[in-house]
Amino acid sequence: MTEEIRAIPMDKKYFTPIVIGLIILAAIGGIFLLLRFLFGIGFVTNLDTQHPWGIWIGVDVAAGVALAAGGFTSAALGHIMNKSNYEVVIRPALLTALLGYTFVALSVCIDLGRYYSIWHPLVFWNGNSALFEVGICVMTYVSVLYIEFLPIVFEKFVGNVNLPGIFSKFNGSIDKLLRVLQRYLSKAMFVFIIAGVVLSCLHQSSLGTLMVISGSKMHPLWQTPILPLLFLLSAVSVGFPMIIMESIISSRSFGLKPEMKVLSKLGKIVGPLLGIYLAFKIGDVVIRKSFVYLNDLNSVSIMFFIELLVGVIIPMRMFLSKEVRKSPTFIFIASILVVIGVLINRINCFLVAYNPPYAVRSYFPSAGEIFVTLGFISLEILLFRLIVKYFPVISIPISMKHKYSIKIK
Amino acid sequence: MKKQNRRDFLKSSISIAGAATATNLLLPKNTKASPENILSNDRFGVLVDTTVCIGCRKCEWACKTAHNLPAGDASDYDDKKVLSKRRRPSPGGYTVVNQYQTNQIPTNVKFQCMHCDHPACVSACIVGAFSKTEYGAVVWDETKCIGCRYCMVACPFQIPTFDFDKAIEPNISKCDFCIDRLKVGKIPACVEICPVETLTFGPRKDLIEVARKKIKNFPDRYINRIFGEAEVGGTSWLYLASSQFEKLDFPKLGKNPAPGVSETIQHGIFAYFIPPIALYALLGGIMWVNKKSENEDEE
Repeated sequence: MTEEIRAIPMDKKYFTPIVIGLIILAAIGGIFLLLRFLFGIGFVTNLDTQHPWGIWIGVDVAAGVALAAGGFTSAALGHIMNKSNYEVVIRPALLTALLGYTFVALSVCIDLGRYYSIWHPLVFWNGNSALFEVGICVMTYVSVLYIEFLPIVFEKFVGNVNLPGIFSKFNGSIDKLLRVLQRYLSKAMFVFIIAGVVLSCLHQSSLGTLMVISGSKMHPLWQTPILPLLFLLSAVSVGFPMIIMESIISSRSFGLKPEMKVLSKLGKIVGPLLGIYLAFKIGDVVIRKSFVYLNDLNSVSIMFFIELLVGVIIPMRMFLSKEVRKSPTFIFIASILVVIGVLINRINCFLVAYNPPYAVRSYFPSAGEIFVTLGFISLEILLFRLIVKYFPVISIPISMKHKYSIKIK
Repeated sequence: MKKQNRRDFLKSSISIAGAATATNLLLPKNTKASPENILSNDRFGVLVDTTVCIGCRKCEWACKTAHNLPAGDASDYDDKKVLSKRRRPSPGGYTVVNQYQTNQIPTNVKFQCMHCDHPACVSACIVGAFSKTEYGAVVWDETKCIGCRYCMVACPFQIPTFDFDKAIEPNISKCDFCIDRLKVGKIPACVEICPVETLTFGPRKDLIEVARKKIKNFPDRYINRIFGEAEVGGTSWLYLASSQFEKLDFPKLGKNPAPGVSETIQHGIFAYFIPPIALYALLGGIMWVNKKSENEDEE
C-alpha cells in the first residue's frame, strides 16, 4: 500500500452557514450594482470630479491583480523552475488567479462609464498609455489562465462524457475530441505557461506606472519613478503568502490536514523576497529624500508606517523564523499580514496618496462601493468552493490499495 | 551540405517574408498608434490678463451658448456673490470665473482647459480619445472614450469632468477651444464676448511677445511671470497676474511636460518589444534546462 497525493473533486456539502452568509453579501452587492447600472456611477459611489477613482479601482482592480499574483509565481516555481513538489499548490493558486482576474475584469467593467465600450482598447491603441498596456495584458492573461485551466476540465470529462437524452449518442465522439485536444494542449502548454509569467511581470509593473502620470497630485512618499518596480516586487512577494493563506483556509474548510511541508518550504522564500522589496522601498524614500514628510504626524505618514511595519517588516521577521514557518497558525498570521500589507499599499497609492488640487472634501468609499466590493469577494469565494467541488483542484493524500501506482504527470 | 532546392527555398523565403510582415504588423503599429504630437509654430493660444477682468461672467454665458448647454438668461450672471465661491469647470459649464482677494482690489481669474502643448490626458487615455491638434486645441473624441476617467487622474490642472449621474453615454467634458468655431474662421466664444479685452486670441508665440511687452511697460501692474509659458512644457492658454499665481489657485507645477516620466518608463519596458521577448526567451531557456536535467536524472 502506497500513499500518493492527488487532486480530486471535494465532494462535500456546499451550503454551510458561512456560505449562506456569503450569498447574502453577494446579493446585497448585486442590488447596489443594479442601482449603478440604472442611475449612474455617482448614484452609488462617493466619486466626484476631484476623485475620479475610488476603491473599485484601488482595491478591486489594483489590489485584486496583486493578490492574484500567486498564479504566476507558483507557475514560475512549479513549471519553469520545475520543482514538482509544489504541484499541490499550483492548481488552487491557478484557480485563485483565474477567479481573481475574472473579477478584476468585472470590476473594471462596472467602473467604466461606458462599460459597453470595454472592447475599444482592442481597436483604438495608445502605446503611450500605461492603462492601455495594463488593459491589453490583463485581457491576454485572463485568456491564458483559462487555457491553463483547461487540462483540469479535460481531466474531469475525459472518459466521463455523459450527455443527457438524445445527445448521448455523441458521447463517444466528444470523448475522442477531448482526448485529441488534451494531447495537443499538453504539448503546447509550455508556451502558455511562459506567456503567463511574462504577461504578469508586464502588467504588475505597469499597474505601478499608472499613477506616475498623476505627478504632484500623488504624495511624494509614494510618487516615484520606480513605482513599477515596487509594484512588481510587492506582487511577487505576496504571491506565496496568498497561496499559504488560501491553502490553510481551504484545508480547514474541507477538514483536511494543511500541507505544512510544502507551505513552510514556500514560506522560506517569502522572507528574502520581502527583504528585497523593503530594501527598494526604503532606498527609494532615502534617495528621493521624501522621508522628510514622515516628520509630521498625519494620516498620510501614519498610513506609510502601517504599510511598512505591519505589511512588510513584521511578516518578514516572522517568515525568517523556522518556528513560525512550521506552525500553521503563525505562518497563517504572517501570510495574512503580507496580504493586508499589499492591500494597504495599493489603497495608499491609489487613494490615500492621491491629493487633488481643488478637492473640497476628502474621499471615503460609500456603502455602495464597499458592498459591491464585498459582494465581488464573496462571489469569488463561492465560485471557488463550487469549482473545487466538481473539478480536481485540491490535492489530498490517497492510499493506493492496488499493487501498481498510477503516475500522474 | 545539403543543397537547397527551389521548393525549399521558396518555402523558407515565404515564411521569412511572412514573419517579417507579421512583426511589421505587430511592432511599429503599436508605437505609431500612439497619438502623434505635431505642433505648428503658428499654433493658437489665448492670453488672459487677470488684472483687467471685471468678473462680468459673460464668458461663462457665451461658452455655454456656444456648446449648446443650458445657459439661462444673461441677467442670471449679474450675481456677483458666486464669484467668491471656489467653483470649478463642470459638465454644465466648461469655464468659470473666481474672485480672489489679493491686494487692495480683488483679482478675477477665468479657469478652463489650459490646452497643454504636451497634454497628460492625451498621453494617458487608454484608447487615444484625446488629441492635441496641430493648432493648439486639445479635443476629446466621443466615439472612442470608454469612460475610465484616467484623464482626470492624469490632468495636472484637474480639468476634465465626467457625468457621474448618467448611466448611459456619460461624457468627459472640458473646454475644446471652440474648435468648431475656429474651423469656420471665428474666434472662441469667450474671447469674442469679453467686453474689456481680458482675453486675447492669437498665435501663441505672438501672445508671449505681447505679454512680455506688457510686463516690461507696466512692471508695477504685473509680476514678472507668464503662467503657461513654461509650466508642464508650455500651455496654449497663458496668464498674466499682479500677484503670485499660487495665491490665485494655480497649481505649483514644474517645467517638465505633464506626462512626466511615465512615457519614458512605458517605452523603456516595451522598447520594440525586446524586454518582454527577452524575458520570454530567458524563462523558456530556464524551463528547458530544468526539464532536461530532470530527464537526465531519470535515465
